[in-house]
Amino acid sequence: MTVLEARDVHLSFGRTPALRGADLRVAEGEILAVMGPSGSGKSTLLHCLAGILVPGSGEIHFDGHRIDQLGETGRSALRRDRFGFVFQFGQLVPELSAEENVALPLLLSGVRRTQATAEARVWLARLGLDGLEGRTSGELSGGQAQRVALARGLVARPRVLFADEPTGALDSLTGEQVMDLLVSSARDEGTTVVLVTHEPRVAAYADREVVVRDGKVLAVTAEAVA
Amino acid sequence: MTVPLTLLGLLEREPSHGYDLKRDYDAFFGRDKPLSFGQVYSTLSRLARDGKVVISDPEAGAGPDRKRYVITDSGATEVDSWLTEPVAPEPHLQTVLFAKVTLSLLLGRPAEHYLDTQRAAHMQRMRELTTVKRSGSLVDALLADHAMFHIEADLRWIDLTAARLDALAQEVRR
Repeated sequence: MTVLEARDVHLSFGRTPALRGADLRVAEGEILAVMGPSGSGKSTLLHCLAGILVPGSGEIHFDGHRIDQLGETGRSALRRDRFGFVFQFGQLVPELSAEENVALPLLLSGVRRTQATAEARVWLARLGLDGLEGRTSGELSGGQAQRVALARGLVARPRVLFADEPTGALDSLTGEQVMDLLVSSARDEGTTVVLVTHEPRVAAYADREVVVRDGKVLAVTAEAVA
Repeated sequence: MTVPLTLLGLLEREPSHGYDLKRDYDAFFGRDKPLSFGQVYSTLSRLARDGKVVISDPEAGAGPDRKRYVITDSGATEVDSWLTEPVAPEPHLQTVLFAKVTLSLLLGRPAEHYLDTQRAAHMQRMRELTTVKRSGSLVDALLADHAMFHIEADLRWIDLTAARLDALAQEVRR
């Protein structure tokens, strides 16, 4: 079943076109890698799929409903309640502890603080961060901070997790550990993942990859290989 | 495997003598390792035996070494298949990838689709190796890592070449 779909999406920044008729379907539970060179439009496509940006033309469907026609309030609610996010630099709130960062999406959705904190602790433990609950982002290593960001992205059990270069700031081994946790957690939860990366080793964790080039999506298979 | 198909591809441009084929092959593909005349003629003989090329009527007054080779329909079909199908990813593929791209451009064919399918083949292998890494022992992971870094090097070459295709096409057709 298709959970997320872009149909003939165009978007320009000023006079510079970023997407020129992008089409994409993401199946429920699928882990999809979106690859492409710098400036190809891959992050812009992710932002359109996630309701962060609104296409100039074309359609974005989530669960069979158009989300490009929603206002900012509707898209904001969707991002809060149905989507999770992991970005390259974690983007944790620096004043908050790891536990408070992870609990944040639940608190914003109206979950009581005691329950949100309890669930945050479960996720931190699940991602191997026992004992680090009280640390702020400045007191965590890059890999630990990114695992906190992953816990925050998954704690509200989103239908879709959007990950934009989630290992881009990490060394190879730490990046692998983060990807292992991201993939296994998403599989356990049945979460669909849209993973933007330019690194083949990261994209190789996905079920399939598409390439964005000049604002269009190419889905090439290797079926001719003997 | 590459040499016979590359010679066939060069013959698709135009019928040619063995000497001219060797000169063109060395200029594009054999800079580090030129073909010997013996290898050129033995390869052409095998291609003729297999029906991939025929020898046209000798030119008047020409000696036996001035045979002119012409690609057959069967030979052209083989070149076409070879240029469009990705090869199974494995270490040390560079020469095959290079030959396919360069020959495609020499023949005025789009190399972009080939590079895309080759990238997909490499990514498929990367996924298989990632599964091995995640489910196997540390020794399995080390072996998989070694293969993946080589495949990754090919992928970087594929992406860079894709970005340079227009300039490359101009250069090889000069």
